[in-house]
Amino acid sequence: METTPFIWPFTIGLLFISCFLVIIIGIWISSLSHIDKSRIIHSIFTYKSILAIKEVFMESLLHRKIFRKNPVLGYMHMSLAFGWFLLIAVGHIEACIHYKTLSVPAYKAIFMRYFVSGPALTLSEKMLAACMDMLLLFVLSGVLLAYYKRINSRVFGMKKTTQLKLGDRIALTSLWLIFPLRFLAESLTAGIHNNGSIISQPTGQLLASFLPVQSLETPLWWAYSGALSLFFFALPVSRYMHIPVEVILIFLRNYGIKVQKRIDGYSRIQVYSCSRCGICLDSCQMTHAAIKDTQSVYVLKHIRNKNLTDEKLFNCLLCGRCQPDCPVGLELNNLRMTQRIESTKEYNSSYKYLKNGKLNISPQTEVIYFAGCMTHLTPAIIKSIKEIFAVADVKYWFMDEDKTACCGRPLMQIGQYEAAKKLIKHNREQILATGIKKIIVSCPICYKVFKEDYALPGVAVLHHSEYLLELMADKRIPIKKMPMRVIYHDPCELGRGSGIYHQPRLLLNEYVDVVPTKNEKEAAYCCGGSLSNIKIQMDERNQIRNKTLEEYITYQPDMLATACPLCKKTFAKTNKLNVHDIAEIVCMALNTNKERPKKETYLYFHEVKHLEETKIKMNIH
Amino acid sequence: MKHIVIIGGGIAGIETASALTDAGHWVTVIEKDTRVGGKLNNWSYLFPDFTPAEKIAESLLEKCREKDFSILPDTEVKAIIRNQDKFNIHTSGNQNLEADAIVLATGYELFDARRKEEYGYKIYDQVVTSADLEQLLRPGESLTVAAGKNPKRIAFVHCVGSRDEKTGNHYCSKVCCITGVKQAIELKKRLPEAEIFCFYMDLRMYGKHFEELYREAQEKYDIQFIRGRLSEASEKIDKSLLIKAEDTLSGRPLKMNVDLLVLLVGMEAGKGTASAAFSCGVNCEESGFLKSMDSLLRSNISQQEGIFLAGSCTAPMSLNDTLLHARSAAIEVNNYLKKSIK
Repeated sequence: METTPFIWPFTIGLLFISCFLVIIIGIWISSLSHIDKSRIIHSIFTYKSILAIKEVFMESLLHRKIFRKNPVLGYMHMSLAFGWFLLIAVGHIEACIHYKTLSVPAYKAIFMRYFVSGPALTLSEKMLAACMDMLLLFVLSGVLLAYYKRINSRVFGMKKTTQLKLGDRIALTSLWLIFPLRFLAESLTAGIHNNGSIISQPTGQLLASFLPVQSLETPLWWAYSGALSLFFFALPVSRYMHIPVEVILIFLRNYGIKVQKRIDGYSRIQVYSCSRCGICLDSCQMTHAAIKDTQSVYVLKHIRNKNLTDEKLFNCLLCGRCQPDCPVGLELNNLRMTQRIESTKEYNSSYKYLKNGKLNISPQTEVIYFAGCMTHLTPAIIKSIKEIFAVADVKYWFMDEDKTACCGRPLMQIGQYEAAKKLIKHNREQILATGIKKIIVSCPICYKVFKEDYALPGVAVLHHSEYLLELMADKRIPIKKMPMRVIYHDPCELGRGSGIYHQPRLLLNEYVDVVPTKNEKEAAYCCGGSLSNIKIQMDERNQIRNKTLEEYITYQPDMLATACPLCKKTFAKTNKLNVHDIAEIVCMALNTNKERPKKETYLYFHEVKHLEETKIKMNIH
Repeated sequence: MKHIVIIGGGIAGIETASALTDAGHWVTVIEKDTRVGGKLNNWSYLFPDFTPAEKIAESLLEKCREKDFSILPDTEVKAIIRNQDKFNIHTSGNQNLEADAIVLATGYELFDARRKEEYGYKIYDQVVTSADLEQLLRPGESLTVAAGKNPKRIAFVHCVGSRDEKTGNHYCSKVCCITGVKQAIELKKRLPEAEIFCFYMDLRMYGKHFEELYREAQEKYDIQFIRGRLSEASEKIDKSLLIKAEDTLSGRPLKMNVDLLVLLVGMEAGKGTASAAFSCGVNCEESGFLKSMDSLLRSNISQQEGIFLAGSCTAPMSLNDTLLHARSAAIEVNNYLKKSIK
């Protein structure tokens, strides 16, 4: 078989990256838990693999999610990924047809134009050659957009773009060079041997008219091969590792594997699947407080580079607002959690003093009510719940009326998973001992942990907004519509955290008019009060809260409703809007004697606006 | 004759007006309420010697009657416009006043205790503020609690809305510590059987006779002072309250049943001061109180020439401090007007 020295950089690079990927992915998969491994074995020959292939096609090649976010950005990624994939695939088919064999070495396909010195003869060869030219043009259009994105990222719907490291720069530069070099090399060869197609042939002839193509041809093929090789060698230390690793991720995810509460092969795969596109930067509210280095993309980068500091790890609200936007669908919150668990391992308390006493619960009791520590700080919510339960004649046991252990979630959020497990065990035993099959929780922070980590077989866990909806549907509480325009603020742990978006709205809509807002449901802002952030300063929290309120105020609602005591407390501090929990609003409607909250316009002393105007009026500047 | 307009007819406003009238100026006081005296009218007895508040209010009224300055009651300032050396003041009564100098004496507002929801103000019946208690301490008022009996155990919470990052008020309101001691003693005098507890962070007995009163509260009246902030209060079926706190001196969490919870609410600049600052272009501190040129030598002088500051619109102040600050404001105004004659 004909060969030439410039195939070696490419071939060695390809060999290196193939071996590297096989080894590293092998290590990652071998470090998965037994359950996860058996998941792979049991799923690999099922429809799940077909679903995974479909997802790889839609996301890794077509980049559907990025398209939805911004069509130009989506096109850029699609032309590079899908275009390149087709170049390889069609190029290989073309080579197979030309050499009339199925075992064509990779370099033969990649450098085919160099080896095939005559023009295409058959119709199918002509068609394929034209197709290859068009595909290369398609990829080049993406490369052009990528150049432009570095200059002006706003066109791509992104306010911010990530900073690059050396490995990334090398990989990026070689990636940017690969396709223009290929185009030039193929055109030059076409200029000499007339083997080009619809685009490379005229370009080659044009170049041949004023360039010494004979002496330029080989150096350009060398350069093309070199760029490919450089890319392969830089890949392991660059963000482009996401290209191969994301494919593995998609398969494992389709097999039902999730990020556990520890660092394992799958969490490594997730970390390496981050393309550092920076889309998460735009959705992160920490930027509202000018905190710009703790976002998911940076944390994942630091995990990879093993230089993550606690300062960055814990300076996050865990609001999860970045997750829906992640084009790779990474479990960003859970990944951060694995690091927090690792980072605080040695501090876990024993909680040995916790003891379960005897319970004295009436056999008619239908539900357990667990208010949560935060709700104890907003007693108006507890009072409303009690009044509503009285109206609906709900027989309940108030589990944490006097004293109970914490639900465990705040400990979990800062990584104290082992300590939290002790609290969970304590509370869980108590709940199961009652034999009651329904537990109502007022705080979304508790709700999430009860739902996910308590393992209460046969016990339904409901947030009070769900339960009140149930009571309303069962006609145990009456419906009374009040003439009020209300904005519903989705608490992070209830909305994005637990997927409860509709129940609170359905309930509220029966009592007031719910005004939709721009950033709601999955895109809802965090109030800024989150317990998960133990590094943030109070004034930074206030900045985040004020930005959130700013948007709500533009709708001029009569009231801001929420379903979380912490959100309520955070917002109520400012006096800018009337803030109430859903339970309070329902109670307000039930209790006709109760005064309706008046619509007030607050002039808050921190924000005496128009001061500048006044100064002008006063002739001072 | 120079004309001075004073915004606010509380203690500071009236005292400044009286001193400036004595100095031979023509003074007009604008008061948004029907009567003068401001917050003093809501108080019954004053620390540290239990002087009836009425006595001080009466002396202020006497000054109003005797001295030749005018008061515009039920009036608010709509706009202030500087016109060379003079100010044009438009009022809500559609009057136009021309003044050579303005004194802002807009006072303070009490912290809205509902903002500390965990203490249950306006949620539980047996939670009152120090201002509410002052009304209940008036002669003839009864102190019975919901259960129809005298409160047996009473708790005071210090620093409600002061020195509290969570409410955004970082400053000390100065008067609440001694108010708590005074009210605790008054309650003990009324209800000798009652146990009284004060939950504090620090006790700042800065004034004359304050420390002595605090000692007397402990020794003579057996009032218990517990260092620790209340975390939350909850209501029991009998309407009594269960409070949770930490005794930081013994380092233990603490739970207690009380019949009455008194919140010693702090001072805030409030809307009146904010709108006054807004209408005349005077800057506010981060705390919301009005900003003076400096805090030592020129605490009565605002950044706007011809506009002066008096009393608790600049910082939390006791009655005594307010009177002194008002008199020094009068001296500053007088000096300013004398200079401008030359």
